[in-house]
Amino acid sequence: MNRVEILKTYKIYIGGAFPRTESGRYYTPVNKTGEGIGNMCLSSRKDVRNAVTAARKAFGSWSERSAFNRGQIIYRIAEMLEGRKEQFILELQKQGSTKAEAEKEVILAIDRIVYYAGWCDKYNQVLSAVNPVSSSHFNFTTCESMGIVGVLAPQTTSLIGLVSLLIPAICSGNTAVLIASEKLPLCAITFAEVLNSSDVPGGVVNILTGNTEELLPVLASHMDVNALISESLGSLEIETAKAAVDNLKRKFTYNADWSSEKSQGLYYISDCLELKTTWHPIENIGGTTSSY
Amino acid sequence: MKVPTSFTNIPISPSVDKVGVEERVARFQSRSIKNESKRQGLDLVLSMIDLTTLEGKDTPGKVKQMCYKAHHLHDSYPNLPTVAAVCVFPSMVKTAKTALLGTSVKVASVSTAFPSGQSTRAVKLADTKFAVDEGADEIDMVISRGKFLAGEYNFVFDEIAAIKEACGKARLKVILETGELCTLDSVRKASDIAIYAGADFIKTSTGKIQPAATMQVTYTMLMAIKDYYDSTGIMIGMKPAGGISTSKLALHNLVMVKEILGNNWLNNDWFRFGASSLANDVLMQIMKLETGVYQSSDYFTID
Repeated sequence: MNRVEILKTYKIYIGGAFPRTESGRYYTPVNKTGEGIGNMCLSSRKDVRNAVTAARKAFGSWSERSAFNRGQIIYRIAEMLEGRKEQFILELQKQGSTKAEAEKEVILAIDRIVYYAGWCDKYNQVLSAVNPVSSSHFNFTTCESMGIVGVLAPQTTSLIGLVSLLIPAICSGNTAVLIASEKLPLCAITFAEVLNSSDVPGGVVNILTGNTEELLPVLASHMDVNALISESLGSLEIETAKAAVDNLKRKFTYNADWSSEKSQGLYYISDCLELKTTWHPIENIGGTTSSY
Repeated sequence: MKVPTSFTNIPISPSVDKVGVEERVARFQSRSIKNESKRQGLDLVLSMIDLTTLEGKDTPGKVKQMCYKAHHLHDSYPNLPTVAAVCVFPSMVKTAKTALLGTSVKVASVSTAFPSGQSTRAVKLADTKFAVDEGADEIDMVISRGKFLAGEYNFVFDEIAAIKEACGKARLKVILETGELCTLDSVRKASDIAIYAGADFIKTSTGKIQPAATMQVTYTMLMAIKDYYDSTGIMIGMKPAGGISTSKLALHNLVMVKEILGNNWLNNDWFRFGASSLANDVLMQIMKLETGVYQSSDYFTID
């Protein structure tokens, strides 16, 4: 029987809910043959604002969770993604991947999430230090989460690029506002459905779709966003860097082949951390032995 | 100055059409406010705030800090108005009064066994007199909700009249605690009793009970003020308090006041917001309008 296929309307993901964009605008990205592949929200600056508000609200409790618990929750994302592998493979094919490429991308995404789940309760031991100082102080440096991380998902992949930047940012207790790939946005919202059905609290990850040139400056200039990570921004680079100056946002750009197993590691986590050094006075009687 | 009559002389309160109120209130919330008007509205909101701290853990230090904020809202942006008043417990009035010496910010004190109002007339009068003697410019009293709900309207009326007398020159705000009055009909009745008994202001809530200042409740109280003004020519002030923490909601309230009572009420002699976190949100909105950039609470004072 002939039937007209339903073109799915993908909504955005803010504070654990799936609202439509407040602007009421939509766009339809197309595949190589020019067919529409979905109705996507063309988000506005107010959606960015709402997403940042939700991320700030979620930050306190997410960053205060035990590292082990965050690891459990990140691992749960991988489990849920595993269960919906087929859907992602079909979606990637719809966006122009071959079946083999799509399968490889989804499996790598799952493995990468598991990889970062493992790091959750380990990065702090590796990155922290006890520092030698020549006064009567116990001097140590530990990591603290930064706050809200703005993520511009890599434009040339729909899933693996997004996972590669997003997961290391949130595994250390940050919350995130992510702008999906403009031309390949489908997996970002389906990934939001995965996040929503795993145990990630609402607001920890917020995902918007829309025009990069419209949304990025708003995110970059937002005073309540503490870091901005992306691939190289090309013509938007200078403007974005200038906008990020006012609140001294940490800004990192990465150029990596996300489909390589090497494009993961501790430094993706450490870039979105603050180091805190504490000088703790100690009694040093006689000056011969350690007294802490 | 109006002379309180006895409860038996006041007009019977009209019943409130709840569905109609909800529809009208929804329309106030769908107004489009352009940037220039919004900027003016936000300044107006700031100047109408009663900056409030009513916690068991209040210390003189906390009150002094809040008083400083009352007239230094955001020093990095000059020419902002000050808030209208600070609102504190009677024991903190002297501290606040000293901290605000030489400014135009008033000191309001809650009284009458705030927030429950469960005490004797003598205690409530002493509480009020103490606050006035310490220098309070305004008194925020609570009505006896228990008596009101038991139908002892005479008691409630006489109590308000007695407190009004104890206030002397201080302006009296009467808190109805609408979250405990259950229906809009009761809110209207309590409003009428308070107005006729001598209130200079009527105020929705203590901030300790939810729901507090919903727009439906504020609307009902504004209508009581309007009806009183229409029949006597005497203005009564309005103070929604509790739950108004965003600029948007505050602007909706201003729209409502303008459309029901008119421009005469759009100043801090006749309209106030009782709030603790509203000021920072308004400041952040103002800075957003001025800089074009969304703001962070990291750059504003901690309340």
